[in-house]
Amino acid sequence: MRLTRRSTLVLCGGAAAVAGLGFGSASASALADEIERFTGGATVATGLVSLTAPEIAENGNTVPIRIAAPGASAVAVFAEGNPLLRVATFRFGALNPAGVASTRIRLAKTQNVIAIAEMADGTFRQASTFVKVTVGGCGG
Amino acid sequence: MATGVKPRVKVPKTATVGEVITVKTLISHKMESGLRKDEVDAIIPRSIINRFVAEFNGQLVIEVAMEPGISSNPYFQFESVVPEAGTFRFTWYDDDGSIYETSKEITIAS
Repeated sequence: MRLTRRSTLVLCGGAAAVAGLGFGSASASALADEIERFTGGATVATGLVSLTAPEIAENGNTVPIRIAAPGASAVAVFAEGNPLLRVATFRFGALNPAGVASTRIRLAKTQNVIAIAEMADGTFRQASTFVKVTVGGCGG
Repeated sequence: MATGVKPRVKVPKTATVGEVITVKTLISHKMESGLRKDEVDAIIPRSIINRFVAEFNGQLVIEVAMEPGISSNPYFQFESVVPEAGTFRFTWYDDDGSIYETSKEITIAS
């Protein structure tokens, strides 16, 4: 899986035309693998967690996102269309019980951004937002 | 790679006990993703800040494990409860081993 991801990166950096071939199916299973690495295969419910991102991002190099996951101990953010699927992992301490954080991420193209939260009781919750990217921030 | 890295942090100077405040942090860093290529098609090596930690009086507020998908000049905004007067300590860990630190005092408004 690691190899697949690496080769995908090279495609992204080099030829955009090549990246179109067979990318869709590969990224779906890679995303499932990447999410499983975080959840350990546990089922992921929806609700309680929110992920806010702009509907249209003009510049894929800096897309503001905000997560709010009350009661979460950790939140992982994934971008399904990026060469590296995992974007960041937040861990919240006792002083941030609302689980609120904002940052700016890179998005290579129009895609879903997914936040998966590990709640204090060990269950997982997810939220996702579709972001249209006008100019992709492909690898930087 | 890691030249001119400057952390900037915004924390209110005072708060009431138990108040939830918003903290903003920004650090200048180009966050080279390791995916880009230069003019001769050689991959530019990855050089990012890979971890950020914010603590208040030694207690964890937030910790972020960062991947190349974080934008350059990484920015974080988050909330924190202020149980008492004390010090926020912010630490960033660079791929090259550098550690950037800054801290801010907060007092309790009477």
